[in-house]
Amino acid sequence: MIRAFLRNRGAVAGLVILVLVGALSALAPVLFPASPWDMQGAPFARPGEDGFVLGSDSLGRDVASGIAHGAYVSLLVGAVSTLAALCVGISLGAVAGYAGGWVDDVLMRVTEFFQAVPAFILAVVIVAIFTPSLPSIVGAIAVVSWPPVARVVRAEVLSLRTREFVQAARVLGRSHPSILLRDILPNALSPILVLASLMVASAILLEAALSFVGLGDPNLMSWGYMIGAGRSVMRLAWWMSVFPGVAIFMTVLALNLVGEGLTDALNPRMARRR
Amino acid sequence: MRLLRLALSRLLKMAVVILGIVVVNFLLIHAAPGDPASVIAGQSGAADAKFVAQLRAQFGLDRPLPEQLWIYVRGVLSGDLGMSHRQGRAVAELIGERLPATLLLTGTAFMLALVAGVSLGAAAARRAGRWTDSAITVLALGFYATPIFWVGLMLVLVFSVWLGWLPAFGMNTVGADLHGWAAVADTARYLVLPSLTLGLFYMAIYARLTRASMLEVADQDFVRTARAKGVPEGRILRRHILRNALLPIVTFVGIQAGQLIGGSILVEIVFAWPGIGRLAFDALLARDYQLLLGVFLATSVLAVLLNLATDLLYGLIDPRMMSA
Repeated sequence: MIRAFLRNRGAVAGLVILVLVGALSALAPVLFPASPWDMQGAPFARPGEDGFVLGSDSLGRDVASGIAHGAYVSLLVGAVSTLAALCVGISLGAVAGYAGGWVDDVLMRVTEFFQAVPAFILAVVIVAIFTPSLPSIVGAIAVVSWPPVARVVRAEVLSLRTREFVQAARVLGRSHPSILLRDILPNALSPILVLASLMVASAILLEAALSFVGLGDPNLMSWGYMIGAGRSVMRLAWWMSVFPGVAIFMTVLALNLVGEGLTDALNPRMARRR
Repeated sequence: MRLLRLALSRLLKMAVVILGIVVVNFLLIHAAPGDPASVIAGQSGAADAKFVAQLRAQFGLDRPLPEQLWIYVRGVLSGDLGMSHRQGRAVAELIGERLPATLLLTGTAFMLALVAGVSLGAAAARRAGRWTDSAITVLALGFYATPIFWVGLMLVLVFSVWLGWLPAFGMNTVGADLHGWAAVADTARYLVLPSLTLGLFYMAIYARLTRASMLEVADQDFVRTARAKGVPEGRILRRHILRNALLPIVTFVGIQAGQLIGGSILVEIVFAWPGIGRLAFDALLARDYQLLLGVFLATSVLAVLLNLATDLLYGLIDPRMMSA
């Protein structure tokens, strides 16, 4: 499986980019010890001028430093909100699929509801009402991104629960939670893994959009905030909005490539087209 | 008759979703830290005592919680979405005023995305494995990974700031006082960049989906049969493959309806397009939560309506759905 993944050039490139972004985030305090919010020199310095590799913004802050420190927020929000969404989605999906009947009906109606409303606007409303902070952003992204997990897990559980090894476990007198956790869910792991990599990508996009409209954590530098700040002075300083966007693009692209690589490696039948 | 029954069951589903949104709105207001009245009035302390008192009366805050919910639901169902304290006008009225601009933008972008996306996807599937296919796949992957608001800003940078070809902000030339076709042409020029921004993203998604779906269908027996009996290749592609491949795309369009509306909100913010997205942004800046919740309700209803439309369309394309 690992070999199949490594044979996919796109997936390996994605993995390399991800490692680089992770390293950038980890090394940000070393590379740019000063706070990304502090003035470092003349405002609106072009890239390469005045010691600014990627230029400076309207307050003389270093764009490169902002990107390095912003990587932390993107990766953190992407990972934590995906974990939270996975917890909710897996539990609800597993219970719905395993229990069936009216429990399944109710849970699926709830899932459909969350899929029918515009995710971005719901996230905006949640963050705005609970005031912008890291927990409210993570929470809002988790609330809007669990439904696909629940659906996938439910479908997997539905197809697994009538299989012989599950019936065997039942005959052995094992409890329902034990069967669900130890026999069914481990077998449903691969689609969840693929979905998770794509969810981190969309969580990063969603976080960027939230901070772009001014709903980022006011204490943390983030890529979306930088693009939003560069928007009004685009005529003067294109680099303020261009480079953070490139950072988002690279990270999200890398995650999508890894996701595709995982799909191919875990599901060879689907991959025959490539 | 079957179509009618399908429509009725969908309408019922829609009513449930709308009721759900109203309840979610209500819960959000109550879950937020602080007194609901002051949450709605905005935490900036800008609200005067009279307004807060009026809100208390409107929401019945001195009554038990279930009764409060009933008062709120009753209000929304009778078309009363509350007042916007910053604009001093009814929320429903403000949203109604901005709706046409949003529909124009979303509709144009959607048509662009569908036509261009399906054509590109079909072209890619036909030349599967060759460089045009790879180019389209790479393009789709790229757009899929780009924040939509950033694409908008880059288009503004290139076509407005550097080249000066197209206007970047607003919906029509201020103070030009145009009428008839001149006004339409003017708005069309303003529409190009926002609809392109929104459309390109969905074009990429539809192109990938069409490609995958067409390759899937191309493998099936009825295609081999058509080929064996000598149907020309172009006709097989259009009538046998594309037609069947469109079904999952229509389904997907329905599922994505909410995302499309959400994307249009972001695009409106970037281009200062005077639709409900821009209204939501202004509400956000002014901490006008009554208005924000109204926008949430309105956009959700829009998404559900779009969903309903694709469901019915699906039934028309695939008669098997009707007998099910």
